[in-house]
Amino acid sequence: MNVTLTINGKEVVAPEGSTILEAAGLADIKIPTLCHHPDLTNVGACRMCVVSVEKARTVQTACTTPVAEGMVVNTESEAARETRKFVLEMLLTDHPNECMTCEVNGECQLQDLAYDYGVTWPEHSGVLHAYDIDPDPNPFVFIDRNKCIVCGRCVRACGEIQNRDVWTFAQRGFKTRLVAGADQFMLDANCESCGQCVAYCPVGALFDKMSLGLGRPNQVTKVRTTCSYCGVGCTFDLNVRDGKIVRVSSAEDSAVNGLSLCVKGRYGYDYVHHPDRLTRPLVRAKWLANVESKVETGQWRAYDPDRPISDSESLVETDWDTALDVVASKFTEVKETYGNDAFAVLASAKCTNEENYLFNKFTRQVLGTNTIDHCARL
Amino acid sequence: MTNSIEDIAQDSQCIFIIGSNTTEQHPVIGARVRAAKRHRGAKLVVADPRRIDIADYADLHLRHQPGTDIALLNGLMHVILRERWQDDEFIAGRTEGLEELKAVVARYSPQVASEITGVPAEDIEEAARMMAENRPGSLLYAMGITQHTVGVANVMSCANLQMLLGNMGVAGGGVNPLRGQNNVQGACDLGGLPNVYPGYQAVTDATIREKFESAWGVTLSDQAGLTVTEMLGAAEEGQVRCLYVIGEDPMVSDPDLNHVRHALQKTEFLVVQDLFFTETVQFGDVIFPAASFAEKEGTFTNTERRVQRVRKAFDPPGEAADDAWIIAEVAKRMIAQGAAGPSKAALHAGWDYGSAADVMAEVNALTPIYAGITYQRLEEGAQLQWPVPSEDHPGTPILHVDKFSRGLGRFAAVEHEPPDELPDDEYPLMLTTGRVLYHWHGGEMTRRARNLVAMYPEGLVEIHPYDAQQAGISDGQLMKVASRRGEIVAKAEVTDRVEPGLIFATFHFPESAANFLTNPALDPQAKIPEFKVCAVRVEAA
Repeated sequence: MNVTLTINGKEVVAPEGSTILEAAGLADIKIPTLCHHPDLTNVGACRMCVVSVEKARTVQTACTTPVAEGMVVNTESEAARETRKFVLEMLLTDHPNECMTCEVNGECQLQDLAYDYGVTWPEHSGVLHAYDIDPDPNPFVFIDRNKCIVCGRCVRACGEIQNRDVWTFAQRGFKTRLVAGADQFMLDANCESCGQCVAYCPVGALFDKMSLGLGRPNQVTKVRTTCSYCGVGCTFDLNVRDGKIVRVSSAEDSAVNGLSLCVKGRYGYDYVHHPDRLTRPLVRAKWLANVESKVETGQWRAYDPDRPISDSESLVETDWDTALDVVASKFTEVKETYGNDAFAVLASAKCTNEENYLFNKFTRQVLGTNTIDHCARL
Repeated sequence: MTNSIEDIAQDSQCIFIIGSNTTEQHPVIGARVRAAKRHRGAKLVVADPRRIDIADYADLHLRHQPGTDIALLNGLMHVILRERWQDDEFIAGRTEGLEELKAVVARYSPQVASEITGVPAEDIEEAARMMAENRPGSLLYAMGITQHTVGVANVMSCANLQMLLGNMGVAGGGVNPLRGQNNVQGACDLGGLPNVYPGYQAVTDATIREKFESAWGVTLSDQAGLTVTEMLGAAEEGQVRCLYVIGEDPMVSDPDLNHVRHALQKTEFLVVQDLFFTETVQFGDVIFPAASFAEKEGTFTNTERRVQRVRKAFDPPGEAADDAWIIAEVAKRMIAQGAAGPSKAALHAGWDYGSAADVMAEVNALTPIYAGITYQRLEEGAQLQWPVPSEDHPGTPILHVDKFSRGLGRFAAVEHEPPDELPDDEYPLMLTTGRVLYHWHGGEMTRRARNLVAMYPEGLVEIHPYDAQQAGISDGQLMKVASRRGEIVAKAEVTDRVEPGLIFATFHFPESAANFLTNPALDPQAKIPEFKVCAVRVEAA
């Protein structure tokens, strides 16, 4: 069943049971929010989404008030706008004035709303929170409770999306404080290090610890790609600065996973830049000619400085042409001498579809055998 | 997977997980399963010998002995048939062979199944009732089902259960293998298998072979090739002289590593292409430095057959190069040297590709299930799950909707058969192997991710407090684990996650790789090794 209501003078038809916020969304009318997220239940905690409803005594939270037939809503009434400004001022009175160095500068919902509503930094004369910064020893999630706006999105994300229920609020009023478990460290409170709490935090209270100081939103380029770990196929954005991954951020429009990722996908990317990466082709000296002179002139290099290059088993860093020719010549010789069955190829579950197609084509067309497999069975 | 993650999360009334450590190995699916239970009351039944994380969320945890899946599944089907809970309409219209199945499962009363599996008979009754009363239900499995000498029979048994309940071809149903690696699905799809060309087109089918011969301009072999375990044996015997290993680390991931080492040492010419100096690389004659996923363009296919883009964020380090360029260079040089002479008239004989999209265009032309998966559609945001037979086809989120690929679904009745190697006086404990949340496969990548290592820095072996006490081993102490094939030394994690008589180890760390111990006995059809069961003994090290 649908109901018809009026929002900002516009007639809107919305399913019965939907909220004013959802109905406004259907009509492309934007209502500001902080504690609301479409993936999570609505709690009406932050009061940013207040709107005026005719015949109601006070402004109503759009995210929790259900629509009714004939309801008349004004999202931009003076009362609504003044309430939002007051909420923002209150939040800022107890918020560190650190946007200049904050990780989420430019991607902060509190900052954006303060801008939209022209709220300047209040001249404060009360008590400020002074929590320890980064008090939790886990290696993934940075916590700055001084920036927490008590919206509870992390609490709900951990409970409703992840079902771990790590986060909760302790105490009441000004003393309300985000805690893990029974005020424990996160990893002692059933945390599986997925980072969903960070992904849902609208401000800089929770952030990816590995990315601190490495680049703010306007300093990185986001490259949408698919995870290199398990077969779920989560997609995410590599945040790249100066040719390095500085962060992985999940994206609401990822088809498989939305904002969800796991610890490997979100925090396991740094192998890409590990100093162990192989960077030059390596060939055992026994397959090469003139090794010593090439090494002497610096064209090639000993891979293991402790092993003499005269040792025929030592590895030599060569140029691509040499390494490719060694392989092509040896393969050609073996094929002519021993036939196609002398070859076996292990393709890779880590490589792309296109690469696997080429491995398959190479094995069957050039080597002439069907002996190609990969670790699907392992 | 026959179905999609989304429909399982939204529509399954009962989710049955067997042989999948979902929380740790497919964490995002694990969270969706837990959410289905929490938000809409879906039932969750977990069958696993270990008390894995997802078992803590289950309505019922069936803790069966490793290697007794068929007995458990037959026991469930026995109850379903006894109570007449089967879907008669589905069975009559969509399947054949029920009588044969009935005859076999008749022998697996809950009491008999309980004796074999160790699961209380009343839990088998209760699980069957839960599955029957909550349809559609989805079955999820992983290597816990397949890595047995009866791997194929295990899978058939899963399919039998789902057909019996009419849980096939519907949203929220299906038989759903969770694929372990990012592109293991794609590697299978695109011809990384010895018996099929891309798209599972058999190399032994003359018509298919002619299609590829005319596309690639050569005469092709009509013999299926060797599987991974067979090729290492052939290398050891000297029949295979050249082994080209791309992005794989058999010296960690294959069974019976002492045997693998011998095979790699015997190989006359070993070419390895990888990101790192892996355990396998140390035996290489030539090593090509490859590009990581962040350094190249392409696509991966996920466990639900969805093809998604991989995009290049920066160049590979130093002179490392992407695998497509490397293989094309080797191919071109061999062709120039006369090793192969593809006809220039053939449309897809050449190796001059301008981009990954060019390769995909060739795949589209030769692979019916990928025919409509073009870069243009992917870039426009199309979500495509194969089969996608044409460019205007929307993809296939659920398989077997109106009929099975073979027409009628066949109940293939299977009997319980014990694992190849069971504990005895000399090796009195059972070892099962698997993975942990913070690591992945052979660990080549995760052991180089600093905070994953910080969380789980070394291989641990899970052992029950009773067995630990018997062997005089305390938590965190080094212990030696030996099988008939090898031994490892690793720290003990004393935990009741395993039951007495069972220990658990991983293959993430070369020093303590469980595969020095594992049994290379294979499933006769799938040639998959029995990683999930072998006999070992332990002592304090």
